[in-house]
Amino acid sequence: MKETDMNENVLLDENGHRAAQQAWAADVRRAALKPTIGRTSVAWRLSVTVLGLIVLAGIGAWIYQLKYGLGAAGYNDQAFWAVYIVDVVAFIGVSYGGAVISAVLRLTGQSWRAPLTRLAEGTALVTVIIGALFIFPHLGRPERFWEIPIFVNTSSPLFWDFMAISTYVLATVIFFYLPLIPDMAIVNKTLGRADRPVLYKIYKVLSLKWMGSERQRRMLHSVLTLISLIIIPLAVSVHSVLSWAFATTSRPGWMETVFPPYFVIAALYSGTALVIVVASAFRKGYHLERFITKRHFVRLGYIMAALGLVYAYLTIADLMSEGYTGITSGWIRETISGRYAIPFWFYVLAGEVLPIALVAVKKTRNIKGMTVASIGVVIALWIKRIVIVLPPVTQPLIGSYWGTYHFTWVSITITLAGVAAIPLGLMLLFRVLPVLSIEEMEEMGELGSVEQVSRETLEAQKHLPAFAYANGNGNGHVNGNGVGMPEKEVQL
Amino acid sequence: MRKLSKISKQASDELDLIPAESCASSVDGQACPITSAALVEESANKEEKDLSRRRFLGMFGAVAGATAVLGTGIELLSYRAYAQSLPKTNNWTGNSGMTGSGAADMASTVAPPTHQWAMVIDLSMCNGCGSCTAACQKAHYLTPDQTWMKVFTLTNSVGQTYHLPRPCMQCENPPCLHVCPVHATFRQDQGVVLVNQDRCIGCRMCMAACPYEARYFNWNSDVKYPPIPVEATPEFPVPQRLGTVGKCTFCVGNLNHGLLSECAAGCSMGAIYNGDLKTDVAVNGMGTTVKLSKFLYEKNAVTYKPEQNTHPRVWYILGAGQDLSADASAAKS
Repeated sequence: MKETDMNENVLLDENGHRAAQQAWAADVRRAALKPTIGRTSVAWRLSVTVLGLIVLAGIGAWIYQLKYGLGAAGYNDQAFWAVYIVDVVAFIGVSYGGAVISAVLRLTGQSWRAPLTRLAEGTALVTVIIGALFIFPHLGRPERFWEIPIFVNTSSPLFWDFMAISTYVLATVIFFYLPLIPDMAIVNKTLGRADRPVLYKIYKVLSLKWMGSERQRRMLHSVLTLISLIIIPLAVSVHSVLSWAFATTSRPGWMETVFPPYFVIAALYSGTALVIVVASAFRKGYHLERFITKRHFVRLGYIMAALGLVYAYLTIADLMSEGYTGITSGWIRETISGRYAIPFWFYVLAGEVLPIALVAVKKTRNIKGMTVASIGVVIALWIKRIVIVLPPVTQPLIGSYWGTYHFTWVSITITLAGVAAIPLGLMLLFRVLPVLSIEEMEEMGELGSVEQVSRETLEAQKHLPAFAYANGNGNGHVNGNGVGMPEKEVQL
Repeated sequence: MRKLSKISKQASDELDLIPAESCASSVDGQACPITSAALVEESANKEEKDLSRRRFLGMFGAVAGATAVLGTGIELLSYRAYAQSLPKTNNWTGNSGMTGSGAADMASTVAPPTHQWAMVIDLSMCNGCGSCTAACQKAHYLTPDQTWMKVFTLTNSVGQTYHLPRPCMQCENPPCLHVCPVHATFRQDQGVVLVNQDRCIGCRMCMAACPYEARYFNWNSDVKYPPIPVEATPEFPVPQRLGTVGKCTFCVGNLNHGLLSECAAGCSMGAIYNGDLKTDVAVNGMGTTVKLSKFLYEKNAVTYKPEQNTHPRVWYILGAGQDLSADASAAKS
C-alpha cells in the first residue's frame, strides 16, 4: 500500500525523519526476526512440547476411533452429526475472520493493520488447515475420501463443500504467501548462508528474486489487491456452501433461509475474536508490545462488537418466525428452555452480553478487556455451533423420542488436539517466518503503526488533513531495496 | 540438448507410422504423447536459436498428453459412476421427477423390469408387537439399535395411541440419493433404493436428508457376524461394513426369488403386504392376496409425509384413529 501521492509531506525535517524511520525499521526487524533466527527460549520449547503432546494424543484418539468406530466418539443414529462437523464449521469459521480482517483492512488502506496482518493471515492459514482436517474424523470411512472428486455427484451439497473448502484453502495459502515475498528476501539476507543452509535456500527460492524495485512493488501491490478482492466473496461462498450442507436437508431447524448469512457472520465474528486472542498471546510471548498496542485491540474490539450485534440479530431472526407460529418448534423449545438451554444461554452471556459490555464500557475497553471478551466469543461460538447442529439432529422426525449426544474422551481429545494445534501451528510457522510483516510495517512507517507519535508529527498533524495520517506518512520505505539492513543489528 | 533431440528423434523413428495430424484429433490418451514427440522432433531439426520454442513445444506436448490421459481416465470413471447413478425408474405413476433424459434413451434399448416393488402396511391390523423388527434384525444380523423396520408408537389427535411400522419408503424421489457425494446410494431398476457399502464414505449426509429416519449407521466394530458363505451385496449387505450406512433393502433378494420380505413374513397380524406395481398384486404374511391398485383405492391408502415430495412406494392404510399427521403434536407435548 504505497501512497505516492502523499510524497509532498515535507513538513517533517528530512534528516530527522529519515533517522527516525531507520531506527523504527531496525526495531521492527529485531522484533520480527528474533523468534525466527534467534535461539528458542525454554518457554517456547516447553510450550511446543506440551502442545505437540496434546496433538499426538488427539491423533492417538483418532486411531482408536478408526479401530472401534464412530460410536466411540459418542455418535448414534439420533445424533449422527455432532462434534466433528461443529469443529469443521468452527475452525474454518475462525479462519475466515483472519483472512477477511486482513483483506478488508488492506483494501480500505488501514495502515494501522500492518503489525496484525501476518498474525491474522497466519491464523487463517493454520485454522483452515485444521478445519479441513476435521473432515477426516467426521467420516466413517476417511480412507475413501478420494472418491469425492472421482465419483462426482454435482447434486450433492457435500461435493460443493469439498470444492469450496479446497478452493478456499488454496486461496488462503496464496493470501498468506504473497505478502511474505519481500519478507523472504529480508530474512534470506539477514540469515546468511552459513547459519541454516537449507532454510537459506528455501527463503531464496520463495522470495522469487525480490529486489524491491518499483516494478516489483507495483506488481505485488496489484496482486495483493486482487487476492484481497477475491478472498472476501470466496470466503462468503465457503460458509454459505457449508451452511447449505445443513440447510438443504428437510430438517426443521436446519432448513432455514437465514442459514448462509448466519454462518458467514458467525465465521467473521469468531474469526475476529480469534485474531484478538492470537494477537494478545503473541504480543506477550513474542514481545511485540511496542507494535501491537491498545489501539489495535480497541479497533478490533469495535469490529468484533459490531459483528456480535449482527450475529445476535440473525440468531433472533432464526428463532422468531418458527418460534412464534409454533410450527415444528420442538427444536426451538428445547434450545431456549429444554435440554439445550444451558449451552444456548451460555452463548448469550459469554458470546454476546459479556463481549459487547466489555467493549461498551470505557474502563474495560483495553487489551485485557478485549482479550477476555474475545476468549468468551471464541468458546461461546463453538458452543453455539453445537446448539445449531444438535437440536435438529436429535429431534424426532417421527414420534417424540429425543436422541442424545454423549461427549466421550475420544471426541474431546480430538477436539482439544485441534485447539492445541492452533498455537502449535502458529509457533512453528513463526519459527521459520517473520511474525510481523516487515515490509508492510516499514512501508507504513512508525506513524501508521504505533500510538506514540513524536512531537514533530503531532505538530505536522495540525496542518494536514486527517486522512493523510490515517494512511501513514507517505514517505514510503526506508531504503528502496528493502533488504539492506546491516546484519549486526539483528544478530541477537 | 543434443541428447534430448536424439531421444526424440529415436522416438519419432519408432512411431513414424502414425502421422501427427491424426493424433492431434484423437482423444485416446495413449496416442497423444506421440504428438509431443513429433513436435519435439520437428523443432529439434532447427538450430539452437529455436531452443526455447522447442522446449515450449515439448512441454506443451507433454501437458497435452497428460491432460488427455487424465481426461480419458476421469471420463471413464465418471461415466461408470454416471451409469450407476442413472435413474432407472419405469415411469409407471407418470411421475417424471426422477427421469432424466438418459432414462428415455435407455427405455428403448433395455427391456423394462418385470417388477416394481412396493409395500402396503395396514395400520388397523398392527398391534405393535414388533415381530417385524425382530425378524428383520435376525435376518440381517443387525444390532438392537439398527431398526431398519421400526415400529413407532404414536398418539393421534384424540389422545389414543397407535403403531406405525416404518421401513425404508423406497422413495421414487429419494433425498438420500441426491445428497450422496459419491453415488453410494442408488436406485435399482425395480425401484428399490440401495446402498453400496463398498463405496460409502460414511459422511451421513443421507441420514440428515431422510425425512423418515430410515437410515442407520454402523457405529461400532464390536458386532459379531457368523461365517456367511456369500459376498455382501447392496441387496443383502451382510456382514455390514463399519463406518458405512445401512438401511431397509425391501429384502429385494427375497422378492425376486418369490419369497416375502422378512418383516411381511414375520408379521403375525398380516399387516404388511409386499406388492408389485407391475403385476398389480400384493401379498401379506397370512397368504392374503389382493389386487394392489384396487386395494389401495378402496382402503383410501396414503403415503407418509407427502409434503416432502419424496413419492414413497410404501402406502399406509389407516383404520379407526390412525392419524399419520399427529406425530408432530406428539413431539410437541
